[in-house]
Amino acid sequence: MRSLPVLALAAPLLAALVVAAVGWRRAGIAASLAAPVAILGSGLSLTSGVRDGMARIGPLRADALAVVMLVVIGSVGLLATAASVGYLRREQDAGHLQPRQARRYGVLVDLFLAAMTLAVLADNLGVMWVAIEATTVLTAFLVGHHHTRAALEATWKYVIICSVGIALAFLGTVLLYFAALHAGPTHDALGFETLLRRAALLDPGVTRLAAVLLLLGYGTKVGLAPFHTWLADAHSQAPAPVSALMSGVLLAVALTSLLRVKAIIDAALGAGFMRVGLLSVGLATLVVAAGLLVAQRDLKRLLAYSSMEQMAFAAIAASATNPLATSAVLLLLMVHGLAKAVMFIGSGHLQQAHRSTTIAAIRGLIARSPVLAAAATIGLCVLVGLPPFGIFAAEIGAARGLADAGLTWPLGIALLFILIAVAALASRGGTILFGEPDVEAPPIQLGRLDLSVLVVGLAGCLLLGLATGPLSQVLASAGRLLAGAA
Amino acid sequence: MTNPTYTALLQLAVSGLLLCAVLVVWRRELRALVRLLAVQGLALAAIPAIRGWHTRDWTLLAVAVGVGALRSAALPSLLRRVLRDAGEARETEPLVNTTASMLAMAALTVLAYAVARPVVALDPTPATRATPAALAVILTGIFVLISRRRALSQVIGFLLMDNGIAAVAFLTTAGVPLVVELGASLDLLFVVLVLQVLAGRLRLAFGTADLDELRELHD
Repeated sequence: MRSLPVLALAAPLLAALVVAAVGWRRAGIAASLAAPVAILGSGLSLTSGVRDGMARIGPLRADALAVVMLVVIGSVGLLATAASVGYLRREQDAGHLQPRQARRYGVLVDLFLAAMTLAVLADNLGVMWVAIEATTVLTAFLVGHHHTRAALEATWKYVIICSVGIALAFLGTVLLYFAALHAGPTHDALGFETLLRRAALLDPGVTRLAAVLLLLGYGTKVGLAPFHTWLADAHSQAPAPVSALMSGVLLAVALTSLLRVKAIIDAALGAGFMRVGLLSVGLATLVVAAGLLVAQRDLKRLLAYSSMEQMAFAAIAASATNPLATSAVLLLLMVHGLAKAVMFIGSGHLQQAHRSTTIAAIRGLIARSPVLAAAATIGLCVLVGLPPFGIFAAEIGAARGLADAGLTWPLGIALLFILIAVAALASRGGTILFGEPDVEAPPIQLGRLDLSVLVVGLAGCLLLGLATGPLSQVLASAGRLLAGAA
Repeated sequence: MTNPTYTALLQLAVSGLLLCAVLVVWRRELRALVRLLAVQGLALAAIPAIRGWHTRDWTLLAVAVGVGALRSAALPSLLRRVLRDAGEARETEPLVNTTASMLAMAALTVLAYAVARPVVALDPTPATRATPAALAVILTGIFVLISRRRALSQVIGFLLMDNGIAAVAFLTTAGVPLVVELGASLDLLFVVLVLQVLAGRLRLAFGTADLDELRELHD
């Protein structure tokens, strides 16, 4: 029980070592597939143990939130690594990929998973920051995997904007540490428990300053305005399985880091301060994302802006600061991760066939690959929030939570822009599925593994919509953990 | 060390930090900017050194040596390598001219003093009183980052900002816990390494590392 979090962290690190030693071959691939399975397995086995307590091992903590996020990292990580197998093989067959590049890809993906696992398990604001910052460094060369001009441009913007954002979060962490040191002597001033317990003693002036910086900083990694401009570029240029990981997991990990910070700030300043902040950045992001979705001509950018829209709604819902809305946010993150993984991996098949993801080039999917078209249709239904899939349940929960908190005005505005986004997604999706295909459109081939990735991902979305099973308890206690104090 | 000397030395180090930031805004030659950054790294390392000496805190002195090595030797030498490969000498077309930049910098310094008031009020020691100057360095770094077009100038703006953040950490709390400091320094080193490699690839792909060329991705 106590060793499970250690296992979740050690497995991807070991896998990185194996891939570094033997390359992206049988043993390396097996280790890379085993790593997310270990993360998912330890997440699921911890569900019963952490309902209202937590396991703590040295600098790691496995509370309900960490368990939920281990499940997200493990499940999306498994889909993405399984999809990477076929993706890299097709690149190699097409002569676009040297074995050296495949090895680097494998090592970086495994380390990326390890960094995100550390970020959710960290029991300390500083260690969490280091892990989130490490994700930027580790994904830089994954975004720039294709050495095209566009990929390089996306990587440059990604590294500069995210480094600046996360540096602001570091300044916020420093100021919170400063306030914590003046709240009385302790050896663990940045530990979450210590910060929460002594939140009332933190100097409000300094804490306000820290809160603004932490919101802007972690908000950058979530893709929230005003530092959202990296997101669509990086998501559209990265290889499809990496896009799936960034959209499905990295944004979620960054958002939960922000929620952990929010719990401390709420305990220190009351719920009002972060509520105003989250509502303003959330609504601004939602407006931007909806606007850019309407005019979108590229499939991967369409999916990227849809992620921004979902994260913006999650931020708005989190501002309700009640357990109902907060556990709905976490359910949203779980389902969104799976659905986006399926959609990005599907877009990867199109990109490899066409060497392009512009909607004009790939339309008419239903005539050319009924299987992929079916997966894309179901994926779109999940993303636009149709029942019986999980995002519907999450959005209902979030709306009720917001209404309970008396935030009906922001809820109304958010729903209006979500409606615009849904219309845009449906109309673009219609063009991709039913448009007139090019006469010279290349064939699309899916292997058995590729197919099972899509099926498993969509089945997860359905399952989470019908019944969350043993996870519902953990989701509820994670909601209480993050929003119970206020 | 007597208390007035301690205060004076601390103020000297922070003034050095801010002066380097002013000069970075003023100068255009990239080589000079890298040299300024190295000098600023020394001024930054002096802060934990002075505080560590004052309180006889040997860990803090060791941190000072590490910070000095990273920020005044390792990072500048990485930037020099970019410069040597690129053969570019000047920031040719900044978006804001020198006079306007200096005025902006003055405004940012005033802003920094206004923003830092709660920090100074919480703990009015000589070290904390110097925090607004470090905050001004952070704002200057952000200003340089958004007002210049060369890839290298942007990295310099980022490092200026990061030096300011480290200075705030050393002035307010005598440094974050060691494990966080180590992690942050390693991350910074890797970010600059990544940016160095990227700058090289950008030059190969675009011919120049002028970020105005980066116009392929937009909505």
